[in-house]
Order: sequence, then structure tokens, then C-alpha cells
Amino acid sequence: MIDAVAPASDARPDLAAIAADASGERAVGRPSVYVYEAPVRICHWVNAFSIVVLMVTGYLIGTPLPTVAGEASDNFVVGYIRFAHFAAGQVLAVFFLTRILWAFVGNHHSRQIFYIPVHRKQFWKEVLHEIRRYAFLEREPKMHVGHNPLAQTAMFTGFTLFVAFMIVTGFALYSEGQGIDSWQDKLFGWVFAIWPNSQDVHTWHHLGMWALVVFVMVHIYTAIREDIMSRQSIISSMISGERQFRD
Amino acid sequence: MGAGTETFYSVMRRQGITRRSFHKFCSLTATSLGPLAASRIANALETKPRVPVIWIHGLECTCCSESFIRSAHPLVKDAVLSMISLDYDDTIMAAAGHQAEVILEETRAKHKGQYILAVEGNPPLNEGGMFCIDGGKPFVEKLKMMAEDAMAIIAWGACASWGCVQAAKPNPTQATPIDKVITNKPIIKVPGCPPIAEVMTGVLTFITTFGKLPELDRQGRPKMFYSQRIHDKCYRRSHFDAGQFVEEWDDEAARKGYCLYKMGCKGPTTYNACSTVRWNGGVSFPIQSGHGCIGCSEDGFWDKGSFYDRLTSIKQFGIEKNADQIGMVAAGAVGAAVAAHVAVTAVKRLATKREDADHNS
Repeated sequence: MIDAVAPASDARPDLAAIAADASGERAVGRPSVYVYEAPVRICHWVNAFSIVVLMVTGYLIGTPLPTVAGEASDNFVVGYIRFAHFAAGQVLAVFFLTRILWAFVGNHHSRQIFYIPVHRKQFWKEVLHEIRRYAFLEREPKMHVGHNPLAQTAMFTGFTLFVAFMIVTGFALYSEGQGIDSWQDKLFGWVFAIWPNSQDVHTWHHLGMWALVVFVMVHIYTAIREDIMSRQSIISSMISGERQFRD
Repeated sequence: MGAGTETFYSVMRRQGITRRSFHKFCSLTATSLGPLAASRIANALETKPRVPVIWIHGLECTCCSESFIRSAHPLVKDAVLSMISLDYDDTIMAAAGHQAEVILEETRAKHKGQYILAVEGNPPLNEGGMFCIDGGKPFVEKLKMMAEDAMAIIAWGACASWGCVQAAKPNPTQATPIDKVITNKPIIKVPGCPPIAEVMTGVLTFITTFGKLPELDRQGRPKMFYSQRIHDKCYRRSHFDAGQFVEEWDDEAARKGYCLYKMGCKGPTTYNACSTVRWNGGVSFPIQSGHGCIGCSEDGFWDKGSFYDRLTSIKQFGIEKNADQIGMVAAGAVGAAVAAHVAVTAVKRLATKREDADHNS
């Protein structure tokens, strides 16, 4: 665990035996470090599942399936799709909130995706290093116990900010059906002060979905790639919680 | 201008309504309006002077007036001749020219802070308001002058509420909705292009009956008519939930009266009373006659792309595409980038391995 690791005084960034987390603390390498606590992992997979359901059902709300035959009272296709969308949305909202709460009580990796240390020069240096590595200008990956700085930036923007935006606009749109005396309207109705025509909120919510599609693509690709290329476990870490350093 | 002191009761008596009928009306109204004593209503109608209304016209097409004069419940003649004291409306009043303009000054002086200013259309602000001249002056000056002493302002229609077609991009005259010009008075927005006649007279009836403004929503619209979407009360809603849509204007589904969602119906994003109050005395409304709602009571409805597309066109950076088209291009581009990155990674890795192998041998 990170608490058990003593920070080294001098900087020797290229030594593979040294693992650095995104906030720059140097840690003595060991075969595995416990990074993702159980609530973090549970939130990750529940959110991932909800987001997939939300994307599919959301797309089908914008572009419904072909007309079904028979009496209206015999079918509830759009009704069920909307139900699934709203249910998955509420689940996502609850687990997103849980994840935020866990950031207060969990280990320091659990806070990583909620901020970017914009004031730290070292952080931006390492972001640049990662960008150069992805542009094939650097060969050696740096060791990070948590997210690498570029990943932290991507997680904060692509996940935390985008999902928060989707939850807020989603509940605002949901409040339209619930009525202007609903708690959804009281909490999220202010969105319509920004976009008085809810058609715009629909459009933004829709664009947000595509932004998340892009995030998911990059997220999955980089997770697989890092798992192979950086010789650190990434995918299995989100199941076991342990990050293994393979050399 | 004796009209200012005339009460509802005296007007009703003048129209041949007996005192007995008057009290019957008050009891009935009290029952339908909720916990109100009939005597309170009777008392109000006997003692309250009719509310003076000044109706002015800015940049508009008069469709609000056209709608208003077709009100069936109440009949517009009752609204204009009995309920309110319509002291000025340059489109339908007999007086003209200086004779008409004098009324404005008179009303301002006599009913300071008590009259309702009903505004149809909006003021264009570009070139000092020169695009709409009314009585020899820019309309915006008349609006500001009359707003100063008004009790409240009714913004009739999409023009006064949001800007409507004259404020559509690129808005050359800088047509501006009333609430952006007058900021120190209560403003009731009654949007629609035009608003429903019964909604217009309904708002007036409420104000004259209760002597206060109706409860407004976040956007300043009366809750009683604008708190739900067309979609929420649409008689075709069951087809939406079932997943039964019109796909082409002349298909079987159109004949069967299925949901017009895929034909670009704006019912799900439009707040209005069309699907309950309907039009022309409750005869029909657009969806009932087979055409989707175009969202005419919503902000900037001219600038949201085609009336016949479900997804809004986004016109930024010189493109005109909907969210799906943009999203698919972005996802496609990222997908291609990922594939290219995989390829380069593989090639590099291979090259590195060979290099290492060469070193070792």
C-alpha cells in the first residue's frame, strides 16, 4: 500500500524499479501494489455497465427502432427502452455519487480522477512525457502506481466531467416528464435557464453521448495497450485491485 | 375615459344579465376555481374597476391579434368589451393618428401603475430602433415609455417572448424580446406563433378576476398553460410508447395516425397547451391533422434546423450536421487513429525486438 512506501529523496525517474504515482511521489518498487480498493472497482464496473446500457438505449431514443405492428396497447417498445435508460441513468448517478464520497474516505488513488494538479510543473512534464511516448518519441514508460499523468487528465475530463454533464442534463430532461413540481426539476431545472429550449439540451446530451463513446474507445485501447507495453498490470488491476510490475 | 371606473357588475347588468344570474355565475365559478367563496367573487366583480389594457404592436405579423379575436371561451367580444377595458390597440381601435396617441398619455397619467401593457411583437434595437417606427418614433421608445407606469407586461407570442422569426439568425434588425429590454417590470410570456386564443383570453381573465398575475414558471410563462409539453398530453402518445411511428408522410402508419416523432415532431420539447385546449374552439391541433408540432412556442425555434428532423442540425464551424453525424465522424476518426496507433506500435515493437536480437548475437 502506498502508505507503507517511503518516498525517495533524490529523483531517478528512469529506473524501472522505481514507481512514481501521478502526484510525483516516488515509491520503491515491489512486485505488486494495492491501488484500487473494492468500492472503486465496484463503482468502475457498475458505471461501465450503466454507460453501455445508457448509450444503446439513448441512441434508440434519438433514433427509434422500426414501427411495430399491432395495437398500441399490445406494445411498449419505446416505453421499455426509456425505462431502461432512466433506470441505468439513476444507477449511474448513485454510483457516481458513491464514487465521489469514496474519494473522501478511500486511499489517495481514489481521489486521482477528480482533480488535475494544474499548478505542479512536474505533473505537466510527465504529461508531456506520456504524450511523447504515445507519439513514439519516448521508448521507456515511467512507472506509476495509479494513473499516469496523461491518464489522470483523460480520466478527469473524459469520465468525471463528461459523466457529470450527462447526469445533470439527463436529470434535467427527465424532469420534463416528471413535471415542474418534481425534485428533479428543483435540483436540475436550472439547466433550462442556460438553454431555454429543451431541444438544445437534448442536442447537448446527445453530443455528450458521442464524447463518451470516444472516451470509452480511447480508455479501452490505452488500458489494453498499457497492459502489454508498460509491463504493468492495468486490466486485471481493476478486478483484483493489485497493480503488478512485471520487471 | 369613464371606462376606468366601471365595474364588471355594471357591465354585466348593462348586457342584460339579472342579479340572480350574476350570483349563480359567481357560485359556479367559485366551485370550479376551488376554495373561493362565491360572495368574494361577487364582491370583487361588483367593486373592482375593469383592468385597463394598452395593447401595442412592435415588429410582428399580427397573428397574435388574429388568434385573439377567434377566442371562443370566453368569446373575445366579452373579453374586450366586458372583462378588460381595452383602451388602446392601434390595429383594431376606431381612433387613429393623434387622437389615438393621446389615449396613451391619458392612460399613463390616470391609471399609473394599474394598467396592463400587452405587447405584440418586439422592438428591433439596431440603428437606434429605426427598423420599426410607430407614431413617428422608434417602437422601442414607445415600449419603454408605456412600460414605465404599467403594472405588468404581457408578452404576446413568440416575438415578444423569444424573438421569433425576425430574431432568427442573423437577426439583421437586432430584434429583441421584451424581457431583454424591460427589466424592472413583471413580464408574463405567452409564447406561441400565435398563442392559442383561449390561452390569451384565459391569461387576461385570470388577471382581471383575481387582480394578480398568474403563477409563472422558470421561463416566465403562466404555469396553468405552459407547465407541460405537447408530448405529455398528446393523444398519439400511446403510439410513441408502443414504438409505432410514421416513417413517411404517405405510409400506412400516417393513415393510422401513429406518432410523428420520426417526422421531426417537436412535441417532446415544446411547452404549450395545444394538445389539451386545441385550436379553433377545440376543433383540432397540428398533430391531430397529421403534421408534427414545429415547436412555435419555444425559444429560437427557427434556428433549430428542419421542422422535419428529429435531431437538431448543429451549425458551427461552417458545418450543418446533427449530433449523430458529428458523433459518428468523431468516433470513426478516433477509431482510425487507434487502429493506426496499433499498427505503428506493432511495427515499432517488431523493429525493437530485431534490434535487441542483433545486439545479443
